[in-house]
Amino acid sequence: MLIKKGAEASLYLEEWHNRKVIMKRRLPKKYRVPELDKEIRSYRTIHEPQIIHRAKAAGVPTPTIFMVDIAEATIVMEFINGKQVKQVLDDFSAEERRHLCCLIGNLIGRLHNRGIIHGDLTTSNMILTPRGRVVFVDFGLSEHSIELETRGVDLHLMKTAFQSTHYKYAKESFGMVMEGYAEARGNEAAKHVLEKIREIEKRGRYVSERKEAEV
Amino acid sequence: MSTRHSAASYCLGIESTADDFSVGILSFDGDVLANIISAYIPEKGGIHPREAARHHAEVAGNILEKAFQKARIKPQDIQVVAFSQGPGMGPCLRTGATAARALAAYLQVPLVGVNHCVAHIEIGKLVTGAKDPVTLYVSGGNTIVSAFEAGIYRIFGETLDIAVGNCLDVFAREAGLRQDEGVPFGAMVEKMASQGQTFISLPYTVKGMDLSFSGLLTAVIQLLHEGKHRLEDLCFSLQETVFSMLTEVTERALAHTEKLEVLLTGGVAANKRLQSMLSQIADEHNARFCVVPKEYALDNGAMIAWTGILAYQHNMTLPVEESFVKLRWRLDEVYAPWVGG
Ligand SMILES: Nc1ncnc2c1ncn2[C@@H]1O[C@H](COP(=O)(O)OP(=O)(O)OP(=O)(O)O)[C@@H](O)[C@H]1O
Ligand SMILES: Nc1ncnc2c1ncn2[C@@H]1O[C@H](COP(=O)(O)OP(=O)(O)OP(=O)(O)O)[C@@H](O)[C@H]1O
Repeated sequence: MLIKKGAEASLYLEEWHNRKVIMKRRLPKKYRVPELDKEIRSYRTIHEPQIIHRAKAAGVPTPTIFMVDIAEATIVMEFINGKQVKQVLDDFSAEERRHLCCLIGNLIGRLHNRGIIHGDLTTSNMILTPRGRVVFVDFGLSEHSIELETRGVDLHLMKTAFQSTHYKYAKESFGMVMEGYAEARGNEAAKHVLEKIREIEKRGRYVSERKEAEV
Repeated sequence: MSTRHSAASYCLGIESTADDFSVGILSFDGDVLANIISAYIPEKGGIHPREAARHHAEVAGNILEKAFQKARIKPQDIQVVAFSQGPGMGPCLRTGATAARALAAYLQVPLVGVNHCVAHIEIGKLVTGAKDPVTLYVSGGNTIVSAFEAGIYRIFGETLDIAVGNCLDVFAREAGLRQDEGVPFGAMVEKMASQGQTFISLPYTVKGMDLSFSGLLTAVIQLLHEGKHRLEDLCFSLQETVFSMLTEVTERALAHTEKLEVLLTGGVAANKRLQSMLSQIADEHNARFCVVPKEYALDNGAMIAWTGILAYQHNMTLPVEESFVKLRWRLDEVYAPWVGG
């Protein structure tokens, strides 16, 4: 069953050896010459599971990879049972919300400690399981980097996601994310990234959010 | 919603961000009366800002005169003077700004500072009839994917280093392609590429939504100097790789924004292969594909005049003492209240 058709890949929810799995398939693009098309799709099909493994090793819950089919540019991974953080955040009490955001920040900090940039940190790419774990999914845009700039951009995206989907308590939530982040990375590192985020906002690239950022 | 203005309302726009000096005259209704372009062609190598600025200063009077002749109006008919305030090369921008200030002072009309990138999009919309597109703006100095959102042209993706046109130009120069009269390097690479057969793998760098061309350029120049591949194949592979990168980012922006138009502009927009790739993704997303014709895709005064009119109608005039040029004025720093409504 197709659950999402993105610009780059399609996600299917399937039965696979008696388990529920997510199949992520990168479809051929007609605009590219076949050689390049194949190269890009294979590269990403190999790269994404590698980053998912590294994230897991860093202590960040991610779906287990069951199979990688390079020829078909398909990744078969564990289906994470739970709810998108996006869906639950609004129903949470202030206390639960703070706790959850702090946990999310901690996980992002762990990724960054290992030089992993998620690249698409939104509350729909985080799944809260019934047992209270937060699982990060969709590493399609992720990359390796230890640059302050890239880390700043990664977290800035998280901040934007809060502002657009959870604007009522965006400020408080992002504040908690940064507290969790500081737990994982230390106060100094967190301070530097926070300064970077401010700089990114000032640069105008995200000028429409400038007002909120200054509140 | 468009209010009709008396036929006697005209704006004169001066463009001088880089190697072209151009003057455009438009009526407030969007009729182009004149669009005169004078290109500075360097002896060899890239553009030298100071040399280009000198060229601009030398031709300014003449081009202005030609524009008035072509438009068949008198300087006194001009209601507002617009100029490209940035981004671009300092000396070039200053030359245009100086001419604009002098003209506005002489005519005693208001001055409007226009962002060059916004102007490319606005004139593209005017000539193609696009209303609310995802725009790919690709030239010698810029590589930007943008779409309008909440008052500004938001940047969805851009180059992290050099512009795509620059990448093609540097490669062509390294390959010793000789620039014929008026044929841009990019067009020569395109011609060579059409005879390419074998695809050679080159670094493909899309980071999130942003693009990088410098590693790719280094790699392809290295292959060139190794001399093991046909130049046609290298041009072909270079084009396929950079245009696929551009198309991928444009498609993502299109999927994300769900807009119904794709607008291609800038000097590189003339490339047929790039056009065909973008038109495919536009089709797949049920969007209309629009290419800006060359006269308005290259740097031109008409785009500055038109954007000047839009800004002027929203009272965005510029006191002379604040009309300094902005070398790094980003597209998304411009509040554009004339869009939507
Ligand atoms: N392994 C997985 N197990 C369970 N759900 C997954 C898995 N991988 C992805 N998903 C879910 O697939 C859904 C679609 O992905 P995605 O978040 O990209 O699209 P979306 O819900 O439209 O949100 P947005 O476009 O805002 O990111 C999301 O709900 C995501 O949480
Ligand atoms: N057919 C073509 N295929 C590819 N590139 C082309 C083609 N024709 C022109 N170009 C490229 O377009 C670029 C010039 O465009 P343009 O005049 O818009 O650039 P510019 O003066 O640097 O503009 P800007 O100031 O907007 O960046 C050059 O890099 C040139 O090689």
